[in-house]
Amino acid sequence: MPRRKGAPEVNAGSMADIAFLLLIFFLVTTTIETDAGLDRMLPPMEPPDTDVIIKQKNIFTVNINKNGQLLADETLMDIKDLREAAIAFLDNGGDGTCTYCKGKKNASSSDNPTKAIISLKNDRETKYGTYITVQNELVGAYNDLRNREAQRLFGRSFVDMEAEYLNPETPSSVRDELKDKVKRIQDLFPQKLSEAETSSN
Amino acid sequence: MAKFAKKKDGDLPAVSTASLPDIVFMLLFFFMTVTVMKDSSIMVENVLPNASEVKKLEKKDRVIYIFAGKPTREYQGTYGTETRIQLNDKFASVNEVGSYILMERAKKPQELQNVLTTALKVDKNANMGLISDIKSELRKVNALKVNYTTYEGNAFNNLQ
Repeated sequence: MPRRKGAPEVNAGSMADIAFLLLIFFLVTTTIETDAGLDRMLPPMEPPDTDVIIKQKNIFTVNINKNGQLLADETLMDIKDLREAAIAFLDNGGDGTCTYCKGKKNASSSDNPTKAIISLKNDRETKYGTYITVQNELVGAYNDLRNREAQRLFGRSFVDMEAEYLNPETPSSVRDELKDKVKRIQDLFPQKLSEAETSSN
Repeated sequence: MAKFAKKKDGDLPAVSTASLPDIVFMLLFFFMTVTVMKDSSIMVENVLPNASEVKKLEKKDRVIYIFAGKPTREYQGTYGTETRIQLNDKFASVNEVGSYILMERAKKPQELQNVLTTALKVDKNANMGLISDIKSELRKVNALKVNYTTYEGNAFNNLQ
């Protein structure tokens, strides 16, 4: 018997069901999360050619022992006070060359934010969590100061500007403009955080 | 005017569901594109510490992961309870970190090889000794950009 009609129409009513099935599978397996963390640069392996002499007063030593206690600038300190102490040290402006510093201009503390170095030492048995807390506070101290300057110069926070600058979706015209601003703030308070080899005793 | 036949009341017009598959497909494609399949199972305890001054790790293709922590219970029989490093799917010793980084770097396209970040996913109860060893290995192979991956939160919670 010859066919009178063309090919019979396929019922597409269950397509939605199939699509739902796939949808639910992908819904369950999806994790929409981006990792976040503290960015740090490690020092290169080969030491610099020239030895630089750094005045003792320009170094802020932070020492963490294996029990998680903190020795900052020769005094036992609670981690909660570290941020304040670091800000006071960085913002000191002891020799008067720093025009934007609001510190105490204490002659026995750092000369200029561009010269101030924070040195972090830790024991081999220090807990990683403690170390991250200290790192966080030190980065926070820099961010607080940079935010203050960015607010004064450009009317917005530095963290905000940097996030927009680093975001790959920002158009390049905006990015170029931000690059100079971010660079300028970073130069005001350069992050000089040195990490020595851990002591084993 | 018979042209405007009066509708019989109590008789709702059926809503067309013909576009339902389209909508579902749209959602499906969205989730398909944002899905990232987990590529390695974590064999170490991995409770990350908290930090508040975090930066987002954009672009997953530029990141090399290193895990560290105590082996989970099922591996404790064979690997003990000391903090171990996990690279990809197996436990490794400290001196394997350098070659692992070089290997991973070689897998990435040429233009990305200089902008790679090493993400350290370390359990918050790990000791710093191991981390320092990892860091000196990273310095040896010139992988200087690191990211201590953390959860976003109050950093003082780590101290308890």
